Amino acid sequence: MQVAITVNGVVHERDVDPRTLLVHFLREELDLTGTKIGCDTSQCGACTVQLDGKVLKSCTLLAVQADGAEVTTIEGLAENGEHHPMQTAFWENHGLQCGYCTPGMIMASAAFVRDNPGASEGEIRHYLEGNICRCTGYHNIVKAVKQVADAAAGA
Amino acid sequence: MSTRIFGSGIKRREDPRLITGEARYTDDIKLPGVLHMAVVRSPYAHANIVSIDSSAAEAMDGVVAVYTGDDLEGLAGLPTAWLIPDSDLKTPEHPALAKGKARYVGDGVAIVLAGDRYQAQDAADAVVVEYEELPAVIDPEEAAQEGAPLIHDDVEGNIAFKWAPFDKEASDAVFEAADVVVSERILQQRLLPTAMEPRSAMAQYNPATAELTLWCTSQNPHIHRFIISAVTGLNENKVRVIAPEVGGGFGSKIPCYPDEALVSWAAMQLGVPVKWTETRSENYLITIHGRDHVQHVDMAASSDGKILGVRATVYAGMGGYLSTAAPGIPTILHGLLYVGPYTIDSVYCESIGVMTNGTPTDAYRGAGRPEATFLLERMIDNVAKKIGMDPAEVRRKNLIPAFEDGYDVAAGLTYDSGDYPVAFEKALGMAGYGEFRRQQKSAAAQGRYLGIGVTAYTEMCGLGPSQVAGAVGFQGGLWESATVRVTPTGKVQALIGASPHGQGSETTLAQIIADELGFAVDDIEVIHGDTTETPMGWGTYGSRTTPVTGAALAKASQKLKEKAKTLAAHLMEASEDDIEYADGSFSVKGSPDQTQSIQDVALMAHLAWNMPEGMDPGFEESQFYDPPNFVFPFGTHIAIVEVDSETGEIELQRYIAVDDCGPQINPEIVAGQIHGGVVQGIAQALCEGVIYDENGQLLTGTMMDYCMPKADMFPNFELGETVTPSPHHPVGVKGVGETGTIASTPTVYNAVLDALAPLGVEQIDMPLTSAKVWQAIQDANGGGS
Amino acid sequence: MWPNKFDYVRAGSVDEALASAAGGGKFLAGGHSLLPAMKLRLDSPEQLIDIGRIPELQGISANGGLTIGAGTTHDAIASSADVQAMCSALASACGQVGDQGVRNFGTLGGNIAHADPASDPPTVLVACGATINIQGADGKRSVGAEDFFIDLFETALDDGELITSVSLPNCSDCQCAYVKFPHPASRYAIVGVAVCLKMDGDTCAQADVAVGGATVKAVKCADAEAALAGTTLDEAALNAAAEAVKADIAEDLIGDIAYPESYRQQMAGVFLKRAIAAAQG
Repeated sequence: MQVAITVNGVVHERDVDPRTLLVHFLREELDLTGTKIGCDTSQCGACTVQLDGKVLKSCTLLAVQADGAEVTTIEGLAENGEHHPMQTAFWENHGLQCGYCTPGMIMASAAFVRDNPGASEGEIRHYLEGNICRCTGYHNIVKAVKQVADAAAGA
Repeated sequence: MSTRIFGSGIKRREDPRLITGEARYTDDIKLPGVLHMAVVRSPYAHANIVSIDSSAAEAMDGVVAVYTGDDLEGLAGLPTAWLIPDSDLKTPEHPALAKGKARYVGDGVAIVLAGDRYQAQDAADAVVVEYEELPAVIDPEEAAQEGAPLIHDDVEGNIAFKWAPFDKEASDAVFEAADVVVSERILQQRLLPTAMEPRSAMAQYNPATAELTLWCTSQNPHIHRFIISAVTGLNENKVRVIAPEVGGGFGSKIPCYPDEALVSWAAMQLGVPVKWTETRSENYLITIHGRDHVQHVDMAASSDGKILGVRATVYAGMGGYLSTAAPGIPTILHGLLYVGPYTIDSVYCESIGVMTNGTPTDAYRGAGRPEATFLLERMIDNVAKKIGMDPAEVRRKNLIPAFEDGYDVAAGLTYDSGDYPVAFEKALGMAGYGEFRRQQKSAAAQGRYLGIGVTAYTEMCGLGPSQVAGAVGFQGGLWESATVRVTPTGKVQALIGASPHGQGSETTLAQIIADELGFAVDDIEVIHGDTTETPMGWGTYGSRTTPVTGAALAKASQKLKEKAKTLAAHLMEASEDDIEYADGSFSVKGSPDQTQSIQDVALMAHLAWNMPEGMDPGFEESQFYDPPNFVFPFGTHIAIVEVDSETGEIELQRYIAVDDCGPQINPEIVAGQIHGGVVQGIAQALCEGVIYDENGQLLTGTMMDYCMPKADMFPNFELGETVTPSPHHPVGVKGVGETGTIASTPTVYNAVLDALAPLGVEQIDMPLTSAKVWQAIQDANGGGS
Repeated sequence: MWPNKFDYVRAGSVDEALASAAGGGKFLAGGHSLLPAMKLRLDSPEQLIDIGRIPELQGISANGGLTIGAGTTHDAIASSADVQAMCSALASACGQVGDQGVRNFGTLGGNIAHADPASDPPTVLVACGATINIQGADGKRSVGAEDFFIDLFETALDDGELITSVSLPNCSDCQCAYVKFPHPASRYAIVGVAVCLKMDGDTCAQADVAVGGATVKAVKCADAEAALAGTTLDEAALNAAAEAVKADIAEDLIGDIAYPESYRQQMAGVFLKRAIAAAQG
């Protein structure tokens, strides 16, 4: 089936097998491999992208469902060559180790803080239930997200 | 004076590619014409393979080939590489695809090669395998009993090895004479390592040159090269193994698995690249599991709290085959740790490696040492309870006093350095231990159940001297090597044989070089993970990359500095004795204007226009480093919990960790290792655990059922440190990768059992799920409430 | 993992969807229940009819009661001021489904058609007396929530029928709440309890109680309701209700090796009390 999906501002038209998951469309068709796959059951959040601005687990949507939508992946988060504040905060706060969960973590956290400036540590920890990290123990991830949330509230 | 880069929590050098999605992990790498491999896996834990019909699969769209175990001509079985001596070790054959019989759910039976993943999986589903199901056994103690289903014909009684190196009579005598003996059956449940990146492998073979390149998720590409060469029959110098970005390992990416051998073999057969990436469901079935001990443990003590001895019989589940390093985990890495940080004069361990119908087990973060620390710490709390002494006081009473250079313990190790009491008191102070005990009492009066757990630990890491490796049957060395190469323009490439995969070693190792030579960290690239580009090394595991590779780099850097000093003296026409060095610059004593920067010297060494007599050109040094001993980090962890007696839920309220890993190269990275390790260990206590049914079916086969720790289960951690350098290490550092996992499981477990003590609960098997805690409360109350 | 092959049709209207359904297959709304099952190849429909873009299935209208289009997402329901005002328990339950990514795309209709016993919204729909509005080739019909959920993953929907909307009475003068004891791995409910209390001064005039998670389907709990009605919700009444609710769900219990039936049954009593406390604010 023919789809036209805007990814990171560029329209991509492709003929896809309807069973193609959006995450495979991004990774295999578009070679945007920043979006990862970490589970089969919509738990881990490694595949998190934003679809029309909303956080989405891209392993749980068919590419055909995203026809006509705008998708932002980790590769498209930076603007004008500048890291997004969430990327900067993860770097500054040592919010990553192996980096595999990181794109999904950043995509989810960026949307969360946009919608919830000033979020508390408890709210951040609760929100992150949809993103699993095996390396960091979450401590520095929470710190990074809090830093951006605080800055967003102050602005 | 400039700020010293060693000891500074600088931002990680690996992060820019990781936070932007530009890093390339194995599955992100594409080759034109690649075929995808899917594996047909046994749905039974134990079954004879009666027949395999692949005709329907072969006829499907995109399918190029289907192979079964009988087709794998020229591919040898996977070797076991830790051959424990004096243990009557049996190493049953481990073919890359099961032949005749499948021994665990997930055991590979056939492979399908097709144009894309979807086609390969469709065809794998269409391969018809007829099985004759056999009785299965999962529990290692049961599997060791007479009459248990026999898993390998050549492993009698399913006993793969029995390791008991200590003096049993002496141990028995201590126990007979002791005032107090406490006993417990401890279950170290199976765990799923769950590196967030599933395993993946892609092979490309060039028939013209007979060269094979294998990209794979490996913690030790040089070991993978060694094994892939052995199983395929290719010369080792014709095999290139590349571990690109690797998304965590925790031990699960040490072993060489059938899948890596199969993609290599298939690429050689078909002359096109072959790729395989496991799904998470597959990962939970086939990638090694950790722990799986049934331990019968006793501790002897005097009535005033002096610990006299510890002994254990351990049934260690090996799973259906012996994985690469499996026999070493419940033996060398376990029984030798029975003294911990205490003055325990008598230890005894009998470790029985048992084949079962579970997934093969192998090293998982801590690997043998968490299982030892847990039993020690659990038994100390049991002793404390029995003699009516505060558990912290029992520990205090038994801690080894401070030592700076070597302390021999009854288990046969020589600890390098330690000051356990200082770390212990610091942690107790941070926790407000005495005050907490008062709060606990007043909370109890209101029907609230608070508990505290304290763990003092030391562990053996920085594996290790090669001579010891040989003596304990490890089929490899445990040294590391590194090359520090400075380009003519004064930029550094540091090539290492180890293979970090999330630890931040590109940063910490650069900090070591920067500290030794005065280059800016940003001018140093640490290159790893490619057997053709890097010198030989044995890999990243056992908290060894900082201590062992770090030492190799420090020494290579020191050699370069010596060369630079000689050359600088020559260039400045001064005596070497008059050369002073500071922050990457050489100057002549008394003539501060006359300087040569390290970059100037590097250029002149490359140009070689004006070299001292006998000095070779170039500016590069290599160093092999074989440590003279292990390193022994230590510390004390404390947890405070509250148990909801209505539901059995546990709230972790505070977690305090005081760790000593010697001088910290990058405190932020050290903290990160501790945070992550602590969560992994706490999760073992509270929520993680493999469950099989009686037929050997994995009931925790996805993250829907296997409880991965999540952010909302934890408070912010409170970290403290002490600094005791290792006397034998060039820059004094110890490892820190596993300490958190080793210390935290008993800490939280003991805290929960402390909270439940007023309710009469004495023991609960891990993980401490709310249902189990609630049931234990009911049982302790005689079923009523 | 990934799904088996299927044919895909995108419907522009309910009529188009129903016409396509004559050829068999399943409706795909947000896909957040169906696709995970298809990826594990536990479900392999030959045709998917995508109803995700049908305008008439979208949106929430408040007109005396609530009518929620079947294609409305959990997030839209959880954040709707109308739902918060007229049935705060449903807003709460929808806000506890999965995680934010799931709530952004998963729909109420898809959720209840899937009828996972551990899901959150069905428990509230049963407690609050919701009506499920259904359309099929033979026309429209409405089924009470209590009759809609039949068994594990089984509903009153016939082949080819589509949920178009869910109606709820205005509950703004009640005290209602949904409280959940989440499974630590999946975050589905080990037990979920919904209560809706009509208070007359200090006295509970009427109590509606439903339990999910612990049961094969969301179960209305008549004995617990009776134990609460006419009381001041004092400790004795709460204890009686907590005992009664265990009997109410005894026939429908479900459990697994980690969280067995007996435990879930006991927890239903504990969480009933907590739900009442939450409802009373």
